[in-house]
Amino acid sequence: MKFYLEVWRQKGPESGGKLEQYEANDIPAEASFLEMLDIVNEDLTAKGIEPIQFDSDCREGICGNCSLTINGIPHGPGRGTTCQLYMRKFRDGQIITIEPFRADSFPVERDLVVNREAYDRIMQAGGFITERAGSAPDANSVPIPKVVADVAMDAAACIGCGACAAACPNGSAMLFVSAKVTHLGLLPQGKPENHRRVLNMVRQMDQEGFGNCSNYYACEAVCPAGIPASFIARMNREFSFASLKESVGVPL
Amino acid sequence: MISAPSTTRRGPHPLLLWLLSSIGKKTIVALTGIALVLFVTGHLFGNFTLFLGPDWLNSYALHLQGLGPLLWVIRLGLLGVVGLHILFTMLLWKENQAARPKKYIASDPIQTTVFARTMRLSGLCVLAFIVFHLAHFTLCVVDPSFKNLHTTLDGQPVHDVYRMVVLGFSNVPVSLLYIGGLFLLTLHLSHGIGSLFQTLGITNRSTRPTIELVTKAYAWLLFLGYISIPISVLTGIVK
Repeated sequence: MKFYLEVWRQKGPESGGKLEQYEANDIPAEASFLEMLDIVNEDLTAKGIEPIQFDSDCREGICGNCSLTINGIPHGPGRGTTCQLYMRKFRDGQIITIEPFRADSFPVERDLVVNREAYDRIMQAGGFITERAGSAPDANSVPIPKVVADVAMDAAACIGCGACAAACPNGSAMLFVSAKVTHLGLLPQGKPENHRRVLNMVRQMDQEGFGNCSNYYACEAVCPAGIPASFIARMNREFSFASLKESVGVPL
Repeated sequence: MISAPSTTRRGPHPLLLWLLSSIGKKTIVALTGIALVLFVTGHLFGNFTLFLGPDWLNSYALHLQGLGPLLWVIRLGLLGVVGLHILFTMLLWKENQAARPKKYIASDPIQTTVFARTMRLSGLCVLAFIVFHLAHFTLCVVDPSFKNLHTTLDGQPVHDVYRMVVLGFSNVPVSLLYIGGLFLLTLHLSHGIGSLFQTLGITNRSTRPTIELVTKAYAWLLFLGYISIPISVLTGIVK
């Protein structure tokens, strides 16, 4: 297959960037999007052109490191990460525009590489969970209702890739934060810190400069882990409730 | 990074922190939105007295005026609610602009509806429409002769609101302006009412589709209810 690429090239965090045109020739239909870029980069290297910089790690859809916006959609068409996107999804001869994730809190480092440490800082602000250290506890010694475990698992599927904030016209990270708050707040191991965690994580999110949710649900549409936007509703509720508790002096 | 337990927290009061947070600001917009939706609904039921005849509408208007100081409390309250709704929306908007300064070159309106993306525009147009509506029927500055329409109700002279409405909507451009304004209000509400449930956190995965459907239907029902008045006047059903 053959593709015409328009790729965002940017030398460093401070420099301006622009789209450059490249041709991707002899691409197998079963190549992943990142493998296609690998092939293009080999071609560019052979021609003496600086290869396109992009992030990737596991290449099996679980690390959330690949952060490309393809034709205006974070991770491109279809559900899943960029590494799980295959070239057969595109038409032969199609023009493909590749840009970095765009959000003010995700500064572009170079080409398609963005700095997503803001998400790490939000996680750190969430603090620790109380868990017995030492040898592993017996299975099923902590009873958790099946329905609760299911919702917690759905939330835990979030890989923190940043596509939610990148898709959001407001650059809001609320889908990510709500997934973490829901995941940790539902299970017995994270429940004691639930309200302190939601206060700290949301405040850190605001401090990082992420935008506010306008209920567009673009985040939900691009999330490779299928996190539902209803978790945002849950986070809103928990945050307001925790704020109320804090303001009347209930220890959190 | 990790703040101390709240009992030892120093700094602004937690309620102020909440109010200035992303979620706090959104909650204010949602709560003021509820008040405005309730007002719009009540206003429509008041308007429906038009279909019961001149005495009903004139009596309704007389009773509203008869509230005296309470009427001003309601008016100023509504003004405050509208002011807060707009103020907090603008604060959120400013932050949202800063959070996403660079747009995608290949942009794709992922998932969003035209109703959702035009909330500020439709909202501000509705504001302009409300100003016109007040100038038209409350202050009577659009056509000052509206002030001099009088009739009798139970033998007492009263302002003939019924005649004013019929005369007002007999003007085709004015009626079209009302229908246009109401259409924009409906666009605003069709995203807004469903959104406030999400913002206040009273939805979940299974109820959200139903809530969105019902609230959209509610917005369009309000539209039909409101436009029935100028249309009835224009078609001569109400004379």
